[in-house]
Amino acid sequence: MTRLTLKIEGDTHVVVTRRFKASPEAVYRAHTEPALIQKWLLGPEGWTMPVCINEAKPGGRIRYEWSDGSGGSLTLTGEYVALEPFGRIVHVERFHMPDPAPDNMPNPTPDNHIETRFEADGQGTLMTMRMTLPDSATREAMLATGMEYGMEASYARLDELPA
Amino acid sequence: MNNLDAAFSALADPTRRAILARLALGETTVMELAEPFAMSQPAVSRHLKVLEGAGLITRRIEGTKRPCRLAPGALEEIDKWLAMLRRALEANYDRLDQLLADMEPGKETDPK
Repeated sequence: MTRLTLKIEGDTHVVVTRRFKASPEAVYRAHTEPALIQKWLLGPEGWTMPVCINEAKPGGRIRYEWSDGSGGSLTLTGEYVALEPFGRIVHVERFHMPDPAPDNMPNPTPDNHIETRFEADGQGTLMTMRMTLPDSATREAMLATGMEYGMEASYARLDELPA
Repeated sequence: MNNLDAAFSALADPTRRAILARLALGETTVMELAEPFAMSQPAVSRHLKVLEGAGLITRRIEGTKRPCRLAPGALEEIDKWLAMLRRALEANYDRLDQLLADMEPGKETDPK
C-alpha cells in the first residue's frame, strides 16, 4: 500500500507519489522540521546530514549538507515559495556537487520547482510531489544524478531498523 | 548476460543516458546529438560506440551520415534505470515510515 510511483509527465515534469500510514500533519512536519528531516532524508547507506537548515515560511531558506564520513559530500540549497500547513509545500531546490561535477552537468544544477501535496487518505496520507525542470535534458540529467549520488540504499539494512 | 553488464556499464554515464533519452524521440544524427550537449562530435561518437557495443543503439549508413536509433529492447534498460531511482527514493521513505511510526505512538501498529 505504501509503494512509491515515479513517473515522467510531459517534457519537464517528474511526479512521485507515496502513501504513508501517518497523518498529513506528521508527514508535513517530517518534511519541514530539521530534527526530523535529518533522520530520514539521507540517501545511501552510511550518509548523514550534518547541516540541515529549513526555514518553513515563504522565502525561507533550505540548506541540506550530506556527508559520507570519508570526504564525500553533496549540498542542496533552496527557497520556500508557499506553505499551507499541513497540506501543501511549494519550493525551489538545486544541487551543488563537489568538483569535478559529472560530464556536462551544470553546477549547481538548474532549479527544480517542486509542489508537494499531503492529502488525507483513509487513516494515512497520500503524498504527491510534482517537480518541474527547465527542460527535458535537465530532467534526464537530474534523474541520472539522483542515481549517480546513490539514492540507492540497502533494503536489507532498512529491514533491520529497530521498530 | 554479458550484454546486460555492458548495458548497465553504458548506462552508468549521465551523458550516455541523456543521449538515449534524446534517441527515444527518434532517429538522430551525430551532429544533432552533439548540439545540446556542448560536446565535440568525436566525443559524442565515442559515447555512441559504447552504447552500440552495449546493444542499446543501432546505426545505419546513409551517405556520409551514420544516423543512430534506440535498439529494440533499449527502453527496457531505461525502465530498469527508472526502477532503480524508484527503489532509491523508496529507501528514504522507508526510513520516513519508521520515523513517523516513532512520532505517533498511538499509530505504531498497522491500522489495516
